[in-house]
This record gives sequence, structure tokens and C-alpha cells, in this order.
Amino acid sequence: MTNLRDETGPYFGEYGGRFVPESLIAALDELEETYRVAKADPTFQLELAELHRTYTGRPSIITEVKRFAEHAGDVRVFLKREDLNHTGSHKINNVLGQALLAKRMGKKRIIAETGAGQHGVASATAAALFGLDCVVYMGEVDTERQALNVARMRLLGAEVVAVKTGSRTLKDAINEALRDWVANVETTHYLLGTVAGPHPFPTMVRDFHSVIGTEARQQMLDEFGFLPTALAACVGGGSNAIGLFHAFLDDEDVALYGFEAAGEGMHTDKHAATLNYGRPGVLHGARSYMLQDEDGQTIESHSISAGLDYPGVGPEHSWLKDLGRANYRGISDDEAMSALRLLSQTEGIIPAIETAHALAGVLKLGKELAPGSSILVNLSGRGDKDMETAAKYFGLI
Amino acid sequence: MNGTSKTAAALANNRDAGQGSLIGYFPLGYPNLDASVDAAIAMCQNGVDVLELGIPYSDPVMDGIVIQEATAEALANGFKLKQTFDAIRRITEAVETPVLVMTYWNPVIQYGVEKFAEDLSDAGAAGLITPDLIPDEAGEWLEVSNRLELDRVFLATPTSSEKRMQAACELSRGFAYAVSTMGITGARTEVDQLARQVVQGIRSTNTNQNAAVGIGISTTDQVKEVNEYADAAIVGSAFVKAYQAGGLQALIEKVIELDPKK
Repeated sequence: MTNLRDETGPYFGEYGGRFVPESLIAALDELEETYRVAKADPTFQLELAELHRTYTGRPSIITEVKRFAEHAGDVRVFLKREDLNHTGSHKINNVLGQALLAKRMGKKRIIAETGAGQHGVASATAAALFGLDCVVYMGEVDTERQALNVARMRLLGAEVVAVKTGSRTLKDAINEALRDWVANVETTHYLLGTVAGPHPFPTMVRDFHSVIGTEARQQMLDEFGFLPTALAACVGGGSNAIGLFHAFLDDEDVALYGFEAAGEGMHTDKHAATLNYGRPGVLHGARSYMLQDEDGQTIESHSISAGLDYPGVGPEHSWLKDLGRANYRGISDDEAMSALRLLSQTEGIIPAIETAHALAGVLKLGKELAPGSSILVNLSGRGDKDMETAAKYFGLI
Repeated sequence: MNGTSKTAAALANNRDAGQGSLIGYFPLGYPNLDASVDAAIAMCQNGVDVLELGIPYSDPVMDGIVIQEATAEALANGFKLKQTFDAIRRITEAVETPVLVMTYWNPVIQYGVEKFAEDLSDAGAAGLITPDLIPDEAGEWLEVSNRLELDRVFLATPTSSEKRMQAACELSRGFAYAVSTMGITGARTEVDQLARQVVQGIRSTNTNQNAAVGIGISTTDQVKEVNEYADAAIVGSAFVKAYQAGGLQALIEKVIELDPKK
């Protein structure tokens, strides 16, 4: 297996493509072409790198967590600290890239979907920075469990629309954003927040997040002199995971682990473990694994974490799963919350509940790997937004 | 391309008689299966020239709130995909009107594209309208619909390039769906000037394809106006709304009101 890194879509094996109304094709073509030109343009790359240096706070650091690792068998654990980025998660990497493209296309309005609110906050932030109008679609259920992020978006000047259809979560927020885009495609850029959706989104969003793995790979070599035995990341749509994985795809000795939300447990029907329990189908513009019934109707997912509560997944992950290049496992709500508390109390780092799924995965994985192995985790977001959920869960106040 | 098309034949009959055509949408399973079959038959008996029978789907991104709510209700009331074929059979046994099934693509994939097409054909349906399947992704459907001589309707939109407009018209059988406006389904007070442009675009391909204008059409005047420059007007949300408000009788009245053949 060589050069998995070079795959640029529109298909990843049998996954990906464009399953959207014809009304959107011209906009997708325009976006694809704008991105193709920008990607090859050194001034674009310089502008983005400079924004990351002076605004995002890149490169993000790597922290070795020795006290946490004591609970994970005989392994060393390293965190790639995307939680320290401006706005508190990896989402800003993609948002700044796409906002620059929106500017290039002369589009003055951006729309975005959000689950946990992290992508919505990042989009509202970029809109403020670039002087763009911004509308964020968010499922009504999520506006309740992530109320603080709703306030942040509004403070940043964005309009937040609570979506009341379907399961009233991320899936329906994407439906509503797509409907808005169909109607306003000439003035509006849909700033999609994950590596799903029609081509070129899965490829482009991956590219913008690949800075995570590119930095981390070099940092591991420079600071520690070796590459990790395994990578770990949580997977909802899959953007932070692919961002970490991509630079390592052709390092055959580095194992890749994605952790999905098993919700109330894999044995129940209340989970969001798409790659473990779904099967291929078409959702939100791409062919990929998805949770669906025998008629192809999407099944509602369940997770304590709004950011992982999604019945689909990016097509590149489906491809990596089928190839056997990456492994995907489920982590329950309880396992994630317990890992969240453990990292907080052993290291003084409060992770997002999404990220805590990867940390819970590490606690299990560490005991399976050979002694002396090392695991690099994408610490994709910080937990400030989750304090209400955590306070309730642990009975803190 | 339209040689064996039941749909194209229906449109041509009206055209030859100097009349416009009305294509009417109704969602299967709304408010329940039997009622939707009765509604569909009544529409055909009262002026609809081509029936567009919608299959309820969990994520209908091309539909506005009226159709979203109706199809969600159909699913909540237990609609199953396999009921589609018996429902079509009941409709085609009762009326001669061509029946086009409107479906998002994932249910067809899960059923199996070939099996879906065969069961559709056996039930007497004319073909499919596929709102989220573009010709570029339609390989298997093109093949099997050719073999079974099923109609297939692709979308032509105000933003479609000349090349894509050509492909949509070449590969459609029955008619090309001229999307009247940039937006999703639902009544609008004005049918966009853009509709004329899209029909113009369809006419300027070398395909001689029929153009049916849809999205936003809800009044008699709009149906009449569209039929002045296109081959048919497509009405959906307005029929669903009428049914919501006054049941079968209100639906029949709306069909009679909009029928351009009078």
C-alpha cells in the first residue's frame, strides 16, 4: 500500500461522488476550480499560513501526558493540542481556508451547519474577521445542550437558526443548510464543517485539516526522534481524525484508530457508530457508510456528544475502513465521560466530550499494544462548552 | 429519445390538441397508504396528465416545508418502500395516466437499482424523477432504464452550463425538469423569469426534449403562463396543501382549478 495520501477524490474507492440536486452543481464546480487554483497558488498558501501563525496560534504544541498514561498500560501518550487553537478546537483550520476561498469567489455570505457548536463558532469567527454575513444552522436539540456556543455565535454577529425538523440534530442542520444553499447559491458559500458532503468538500476539508498531522509528524520526529506506534482520534463526520491521519497514511508502521460514539452502548440502538454498524448508502451528497433502515431511511443517531451525533461519516474513512488501513471502534457515553474526568484530574486539561471518546479509546488500546508503544492523540477540542453537561453528569453543582 | 415514452406521448397529445399539460405531485403514504392511492387516482381522473408520485424519504433536501411535513407524516405512519409497487399497480389499473415516481436516490440503492426498476416496470409505472441523482452518477440507472424503456427525468436549472443542459436533455426520457427558480419546492407568488431562460436553454439543445417547469407553481395563472412557453407545468406543494386543508374534495377542486385543458 503506497501513496494513499495522493487520493484527491471525487471518489475514494467506491465512496464519495456528488449526489445532490443539479441546482448545486455549478457552485460545486466553481468551488472545485477555485480551490484547485488556490491550492497551487503560493500566495494563497502563504496567506493561510500567516493567518494560522498570527490568528489561530499554529503550530499547536504536543504535550506528553505521563500521569494519564499510567492508566493506559505500559505506553507513552502524546496529545496534539488542537484545543489550544483560537476558538478552542481544530475546526478553525478548515474555516479559515474556506473563508479565504469565499473571498476569492466574491461571496459575501456564508452559511454553516453545526452540531456541538464548535464549527459554528469557528465560522462565525471567520465571518467577523473577514466581514461576511453568517447564518449557522443548528438542530434545536443541540441549541439546548450547547447553549453557551449559541451565545458565542450570536455575540460574534452570526444569526443562529434552530432547526426543528427531523431529529433536530446535526443531520437536519445539514439538510437545512443545503436547502438554503440551493436557494442562495450565487451569493452564498456553504462552509461545510466536516469531511462529508459532495465533492470537493471531503478532499478540500481534509486538506485544510491535514496541517494537524503534518505538524505532528514533524514534531514527533524533532522532539522525540520517533513516529508513534498508533494514532487515535474521535470520529463523527471525521474531520479531526482525517486531519491527523492524512500525513501518516503511507507510514505503514503507524496504526490508525478512530473512535466512534457508541452512545448508550453498541448493543443498544442508541449510538452513532456509523462505521461499525452502518452500511454504504448516500447521505448529504456522498456515498459512504451511514446508519439506515432496510428502506434506506436514515436512522437517528445518539450520543452524549453533539459533535459525534451524526448518522453519516466522511467517504475517505469508509475507504480506509474497507482497505483495513484504519480501525474504527465504539466508545460509550460513560467511557467517554470517565476519560474526560481522568484527563482533567491527572493533567489539568479538560477535553471536549467528543475528544474524550478518543481518550477513552487510548485507555483500552494502550493495554493491547506492546509495552513501550506510543500513542499520539488528536486533542481536537477543549471542554469549556461542555461544562453544563459535565456538571449534570457528575453532579458537580 | 422519447420514442417509447408514455409520458412524452401524454404531453404530445395535449400539445397536438392545442392544450397545455398539468403534472401533479402527491406523496405516497400521506396521510396513509390507501388515502394516498385514492388521492392519486382522483388527481388523474380530474385533470392531471402525468402523475408524480413521491416516495417519502427521511432527508428530502430539495423539498420545502409543506412536502417535508407530509412525507415525514407518511413515514411516521409506517410507510414502507415495498408498498410502492402495489400502490402503483392500483393506480395504473384504475387510470391510464402515466405514473412517474419521484424518489431520492438512497432508497433505490438500498432496494437495488435493477430490482427497483424491474418492479417499477412490472407495476406499470412510466419511470422515475430523481432530484438528487445527476446524470454523472446515474450509470446503472441509465443502463437498466434503457433496457426496460422506463422514463427518466433529470433536472435542468438556471445555473446549469450549456454542456450540462445538453446532457440533462439527451439523457432524460419523457421530459426534462426545468427548475423554475433557485430554491426548493413550495408555492411562490411569482414564477421566476428564470423559468423562461431554462426552457430557452432546453429548446436550444439539439435534443427536441420536452420541458416541464416545476417549483413554486400554485395558481391557475401560473399554470397557464408556463404552458405558453413550456410543455407542462408541475405542481406539488399546492396540491398537498389543499389536501391538508380540506381532504380529497379540496384536492380534486384544486386539480380542476389548475387544469389548463379547459
